[in-house]
Amino acid sequence: MARSFLPTVPARGPFAPDFWRSPLRGPWFTSVLGVVLLGGVTILFVTGLLSYAAYNPDLARVNDKTPGKGLLGFYLFPWPTDPPWLYRLTQGVHVTLGLVLVPVLLAKLWSVVPRLFTLPPARSLTHALERISLLLLVGGALFQFTTGILNVQLDYVFPGSFYPLHFYGAWVFIGAFVAHTVLKAPTAMRNLRHMRNVRDGGEELVAPRPDPPTVSRRGALGLVGGGSLLLFATSAGRSFDGPLRETAVLTPHGGPEPGSGPGGFQINKTAAYAGIRTAETTEEAWRLVVTGPAGTVRLSRADLLGLPLHSAALPIACVEGWSTSDQWWRGVRLRDLAALAGHREPVDVFVESLQRRGAFRRGALRANQVADPRSLLALFVNGEELTPDHGYPARIIVPAAPGVLNTKWVARLTFGAL
Amino acid sequence: MKPAVLVCSFVLCVYAGVRLLDGDWFLVALWFVGAAVVHDLVLLPLYAGADRVLVKGAGRWVNHVRVPAALSGLLLLVWFPLISGRVSERYAGVAGQSAQGYAERWLIITAVLFVGSAVVFAVRRRRG
Repeated sequence: MARSFLPTVPARGPFAPDFWRSPLRGPWFTSVLGVVLLGGVTILFVTGLLSYAAYNPDLARVNDKTPGKGLLGFYLFPWPTDPPWLYRLTQGVHVTLGLVLVPVLLAKLWSVVPRLFTLPPARSLTHALERISLLLLVGGALFQFTTGILNVQLDYVFPGSFYPLHFYGAWVFIGAFVAHTVLKAPTAMRNLRHMRNVRDGGEELVAPRPDPPTVSRRGALGLVGGGSLLLFATSAGRSFDGPLRETAVLTPHGGPEPGSGPGGFQINKTAAYAGIRTAETTEEAWRLVVTGPAGTVRLSRADLLGLPLHSAALPIACVEGWSTSDQWWRGVRLRDLAALAGHREPVDVFVESLQRRGAFRRGALRANQVADPRSLLALFVNGEELTPDHGYPARIIVPAAPGVLNTKWVARLTFGAL
Repeated sequence: MKPAVLVCSFVLCVYAGVRLLDGDWFLVALWFVGAAVVHDLVLLPLYAGADRVLVKGAGRWVNHVRVPAALSGLLLLVWFPLISGRVSERYAGVAGQSAQGYAERWLIITAVLFVGSAVVFAVRRRRG
């Protein structure tokens, strides 16, 4: 037999079972973390898909950063305007929960790391497929968490635009995640139901020659939970204003507000960054161009002030997870401007900004958004004229829409065919 | 059943994967696989090794160092771009807010964690 000529080399280093000494590893510990991630990742995935839908990518090319999505956009639906805090809630949950799950993910990966080092690398075709799937699972999880966490800190080192990377990455990850859940969740549930007494599945995670324990399994879970709590306490506040925002001490758009007074609330992109020149926003220079079947109208700010003005209390909510509470906006209803352009029924609108940079300097809003009486071309906020950083001379504000679709420094509105 | 589940999942992974790689495919693949490799072969051995040294050094009081160090390290890992100051300029320009102070606040939290742990240590030791 050829086999007998091969000397049996004892497994060395991390490939040897007794290399792994922690007495914490075992089916119960891994199962607890796995079940937490099962719930958490499911919420992350759903809120992520909702955020994708909130951009109305199927409405117009300008809204769509993933034109090749194909079947992955199967579920898209017109994003509603009610409740007005919808995006604030879903995206706040998405980003804050993602941060809170970081220690759980790290602990879960730590608990199963001995499995990475198995010899032979693949015992069978099925085993090989399973290991490839696990690479997609672990790589996918880390890729999604890393791109998300870097993006909220504006650290754009990842290889490409955030939208397609995070969207397609999510689908690769969830493919492997669903397979892993189908294959492992029954065992995990059984392990939890029997607590630590009966073990069927995952025994190989238990160290054969464990070191003396320095912390209990519950203590270790407490540390993981403490890490989650600490991340929550230092970031959740950025979905609120005032003293609560000040608690988000390590998080972008946390801490003190960027100023005081009516315009003293969070700014996504400043006028300077967007390349807005003061000369083009003056009373004499700026004109809003409104186009529709009735032709093209050019309105000065004084003309707009002569139209019926309405108010709406609406939040700003960013894809990066921060949001403000309701600001009091005042301006012209989008549906009134649609009527001025010659549309009796509300229609879609194509919005163009003066800004020179930014992926959303042009954006489209759907008819249901234009129809909402709270959707405004705002001229005032909190009783004062808009500040340059909040979009002077005029900006869009639409209930429940992601922040970037509330276009600032609006120059042109084209109602109808997109 | 296992092969069937895996093959079904690969169909979705491949469908999304070709779209993910549509661009700088090599760099994207490097990030995707590299994330797993860097975690499993660099980050994890580093903190596990540090923990081993700590256990040897601190003996039965190890958790009074381990817990604050782990929590502080976690914050540093997540907020490294802001704490290190590498995005300060961009953040200030984009958001109109100062990006100063993240390192100081992280150090303060770290100090509070270690001081808190030391207080618990002192109380426990007095009780024997």
